[in-house]
Amino acid sequence: MLSKLLTSALFAGAVSGLIAGLLQIIFVQPVLLHAELYEGGQLVHFGAQAVSAHPDLPGFDPMRDLLSIVFTMMTYCGYAFILVALMSLAQERGAEVTPRHGIVWGIAGFVAAHFAPGLTLAPEVPGVAAADVGARQIWWFATVISAGVALWLLAFGRGWMLWGVAVILLAAPHLIGAPEPDSFTGPVPPEIAALFAARAFGVGMAAWVILGCFAAYFLDKEQRRVA
Amino acid sequence: MKTEVKAIPASRTTALPALFAVVLGVAVITVTGHLQAETLHDAAHDMRHATGFPCH
Repeated sequence: MLSKLLTSALFAGAVSGLIAGLLQIIFVQPVLLHAELYEGGQLVHFGAQAVSAHPDLPGFDPMRDLLSIVFTMMTYCGYAFILVALMSLAQERGAEVTPRHGIVWGIAGFVAAHFAPGLTLAPEVPGVAAADVGARQIWWFATVISAGVALWLLAFGRGWMLWGVAVILLAAPHLIGAPEPDSFTGPVPPEIAALFAARAFGVGMAAWVILGCFAAYFLDKEQRRVA
Repeated sequence: MKTEVKAIPASRTTALPALFAVVLGVAVITVTGHLQAETLHDAAHDMRHATGFPCH
């Protein structure tokens, strides 16, 4: 059983991670590189003079971009281990998990691991002011776990009691609030920061849907192969 | 002699492997997305920003 879980997760994570990495290079990286021109001080706004919104950006950097793709694949393998484990638990409880269902699993995974923490701790463009990274990581993990449990309860819980708990778990981290910086010092224009957050969410959702689909597909394939 | 065959509840066959897979997944995400060691941070920098992990 364990080898089936790990094998299917590795396949699903590698494929979706590769696609996620490529999508990030195409859609997110140019925005990030643009922001870094302000982070590094090559471009400055807030002045009397308007700054061109279309500067020359550094292009494709083989080493940097390859590392990003490799780390994205590893991260999505990490997501896949968790997703496939939860899928197999759901199957045991009688739930059907086909690649079609995997789409919904993927959206739920995106909401738990990307959108829920990002709702209050928005995807950060380089250079933003932010609170202590350790405190933000604790809040991030707590929010992801709480949103994950909430979505499980919404999907598989029976009765208003459990659904009520789910709603509380979804809302609580945001009512409590994430660690915030003492002051704003970010040099990056809001237009770039907003585009960055939107692109990060969009690419994340696409990649998670692909991950959900492939996780269900490979899990099913592995289970059939030996059984 | 009567041999008693007990069916192992299905949940036991999956619960442990599933738990192991979850722990492994969390460990991988912690390394790629959260550890602040300088080399790791620099290599994973762009991915961390794009994936919405707290960076820096």
